[in-house]
Amino acid sequence: MKFDLTKLDELLKGAEELELENVDMSVGELELALSAMVSAAKRAEYRDLSFEALLMDFPGRVAEVELGATKANGGTRKNVVRVGGEKTLPFYNFEAQNPYRPVIAYDVFDMKVHLAGPVRKHFEEVLEDPAEWAKLCVKYGADLVTVHLISTDPTLKDTSAREAAKTVEDVLQAVKVPIIIGGSGNPEKDPEVLEKAAEVAEGERCVISSASLNLDYKRVARACMKHGHVVLSWTQLDINDQRTLNKHLLGLGMKKEDLIMDPTTAALGYGLEYSFSIMERIRLAALKGDGDLQMPVSSGTTNAWGAREAWMDAREWGDREKRGPLWEAVTALTLCLAGSDLFMMMSPTAVGLFKDTVESLSRPREVEPLDIGNWISMR
Amino acid sequence: MAKKLGPLDIYRYLPKTNCRECGEKTCMAFASQLIERDVKLEDCPQLMKPDFAEKFHHLKEMLAPGVKEVTIGTGDAIVKIGGEEVIFRHELKYFNQTALALGVHDELEADALLKRVRYVNDFKFKRIGEELTLDLIAIRSVSGDPERFAQCASKVSAETGKPLVLCSYDPKVLEAALKVVGGKRPLIYAATKDTWKEVGKLARKYRCPVVAFADDMSELKSVASALRSMGIEDIVLDPGSNVKNLSSVLGKFVLARRAAILKDDKDLGFPLLGIPAATSAENGLEKTLKEVMIAATMMDKYADLLVLHTQEIWALLPLITLRQNLYTDPRKPVAVDPGLRSIGKPTKSSPVLLTTNFALTYYTVVSDLESAGIACYLLVIDTDGLGVQASIAGGQLDASKVKDAIKRVRLGEKVKHRKIVIPGYSARISGDLELQSGWKALVGPMDSSGIKEFIEKKWSS
Ligand code: B12
Ligand code: SF4
Repeated sequence: MKFDLTKLDELLKGAEELELENVDMSVGELELALSAMVSAAKRAEYRDLSFEALLMDFPGRVAEVELGATKANGGTRKNVVRVGGEKTLPFYNFEAQNPYRPVIAYDVFDMKVHLAGPVRKHFEEVLEDPAEWAKLCVKYGADLVTVHLISTDPTLKDTSAREAAKTVEDVLQAVKVPIIIGGSGNPEKDPEVLEKAAEVAEGERCVISSASLNLDYKRVARACMKHGHVVLSWTQLDINDQRTLNKHLLGLGMKKEDLIMDPTTAALGYGLEYSFSIMERIRLAALKGDGDLQMPVSSGTTNAWGAREAWMDAREWGDREKRGPLWEAVTALTLCLAGSDLFMMMSPTAVGLFKDTVESLSRPREVEPLDIGNWISMR
Repeated sequence: MAKKLGPLDIYRYLPKTNCRECGEKTCMAFASQLIERDVKLEDCPQLMKPDFAEKFHHLKEMLAPGVKEVTIGTGDAIVKIGGEEVIFRHELKYFNQTALALGVHDELEADALLKRVRYVNDFKFKRIGEELTLDLIAIRSVSGDPERFAQCASKVSAETGKPLVLCSYDPKVLEAALKVVGGKRPLIYAATKDTWKEVGKLARKYRCPVVAFADDMSELKSVASALRSMGIEDIVLDPGSNVKNLSSVLGKFVLARRAAILKDDKDLGFPLLGIPAATSAENGLEKTLKEVMIAATMMDKYADLLVLHTQEIWALLPLITLRQNLYTDPRKPVAVDPGLRSIGKPTKSSPVLLTTNFALTYYTVVSDLESAGIACYLLVIDTDGLGVQASIAGGQLDASKVKDAIKRVRLGEKVKHRKIVIPGYSARISGDLELQSGWKALVGPMDSSGIKEFIEKKWSS
């Protein structure tokens, strides 16, 4: 690169000082250093500038969905839980206040399942009793409880829909928080199981999980409409599929206020980036006004326990009693920042950590200024 | 890049000869690649000629990312941060991953100091074929004594090749350390409203990048602008890590990034620094768990450099994994080359196993095989970078593909048996596979961690 050295003198005139100790520069670097001095010549100064925040005014808004029904609305829940209603991205408190905090649903299964050590130890006593298990979850601070009717799977116990519905009734009796009812994931059997469950839970405004493209989602949706429940619209990491399924459900006469969607949670280290970007895209689309994606988002955060870094007792990875819950908590936090509203979780430690962080993220901005500077001298 | 550029915007300034010297078929193709950042301006030899100097500079400016790329350190041991040009990773990708610095301070006993420094030096974590590391060492002046700080810096510097961050609000303390380690281009922390001039002079004299720190966005912009008025352009921004109020931290990070990318605000077009280590005031386990959550929040929302206190592996593992996830390229799955691999020293009677070319799948399986000490052949199928389950679901892994691969790598000549172990999740192709290829398909466990047991029990050649 050419540099006109004849201009040098002129450039340096008025420069505050010239420091060229240990000069050993390439021409490029010299040019840089010189341009630095040129600017210095322009006078170094501190001016009080004012920062103007670039705020977004999104035209769209996420639907508000009410979960659970109290006596006043024909149910027996002690309280309802609300999700959605966002006007901006999560915790962008500087531009708008989103109405609700993320909520936690603890997982309960209707048969003994294999759980990772750090989770199992919290539930050891109740693994064979879904009602007791649900009660314990409430003790651990559950906003909701999910009953997974996995024993209905023909390859597991093939429990009948009628029997499974009894479990649902037991759980509704045992706890007063709103509940989510999940099938086994078997596309042939689920519609029947969920239909029956929806019937016995009439009026409680449960979330029925789930309607998906690979099963008779119409049957599930109709049962929910008939008995007053919310449908979980579940697809697998594909934003177009999600839009399609939502459209179908809306087409059946459901309202946005009766839907939650689950675009699938891939855990930390196992595809989290897919879930992160898909949820972020979904939420942005909703805020920009895409009516087919303006539903609150749910995350099956428990998937984090499928990651071997969460459950494996490997010495070189450090104590799994801490590592495992962190794995789940970081998965939840990251997807929360991407736009998820409802978190299905398992570890009380992880839930505690996540809630604590959410608390800090929800504070009013002008909270007592901390002496931030002192981090340098802390011992 | 304030506004989204199209290939045409770029093309206008290219030589338009379609000479192909850059390796692209046309200048237009080169323009598209420039936008994707898959090539550099310097890859077009025509553009480097004096006649094009003006256009080159113009293009350089047009293509400059909203967040300047800042280099810390010298020689091989450099860390690059910033260089980002999108708000959301799905809009293109994130480029330079969040650098992680571990803190030490000048009142640590010599032993403890060395231990921490060596911990950073030796920290290597293999995950999906990538070596995850800690990147820098941040030295804090606890004593406030220039001599002591300089000595500490010199000790650390002698012990490590990792770039340093020198932390003090006192220019005299900073200068003492710069006198001994300034040649290694450490990051200077920090210039403030009160010290910008002295610290700025140090940054200029030693040609080091420097952090502008202010708890208030207007003040931060003013400090950065003051540094720029001195001709300094290697700046990192610390908007204040109030770890008790993540709401304000997130707000400032987001607004700074928006200003850089959407408003082309030159004063704020720099990488962001977060300090989860500021939780140190609290004690013990609670603190470490919190520190991880704070670090994760910052990493999710634009931090380019983090100063950490914890060196617990169970705390760092989720963080380096999160970083690896966020910084993968959303445009393509991370894939490895398909083909036949030898694990250990396989013989003609060694087992043959099958997997896909999704990097996560491949490296998980290889590491399981290696730690099990099984000598074998691994047939890696090209599934467009999808894992076993996803490629079975989507049809990228099927019997005919496996049959073709067996033929292509001449598997029949490598081993004398005709058996292949397939992943548990691919059980449904086993029948077809046997029919089409004539090889016997043994359905293995669902998770590759079970392969050792499976081979021991079920394999006989
Ligand atoms: C990330 C992900 C994706 C990513 C793809 C990532 C990738 N590059 O593969 C994307 C978004 C693209 C995707 C797409 C789809 N996905 Co997907 N996806 C996942 C997810 C969340 C994680 C998969 C993963 O990375 N696992 C980790 C890797 C390492 O696992 P793996 O490859 O299976 O390897 C393990 C084992 O197979 C075994 N193993 C591997 N090799 C070998 C070899 C031997 C010899 C042995 C013994 C064992 C073994 O050990 C490994 C370690 O445990 C899972 C759900 C989940 N949490 O598991 C769904 C999942 C795999 N996806 C699923 C589906 C249905 C799809 C889609 C069809 C959905 C759609 N909307 O179109 C598409 C298909 C795309 C296509 N093929 O064209 C289903 C599959 C259901 C099924 N069993 O059929 C899953 C299980 C989700 C679910 N619960 O329904 N997906
Ligand atoms: S080398 Fe330059 S001039 Fe030649 S084709 Fe490539 S971009 Fe065009």
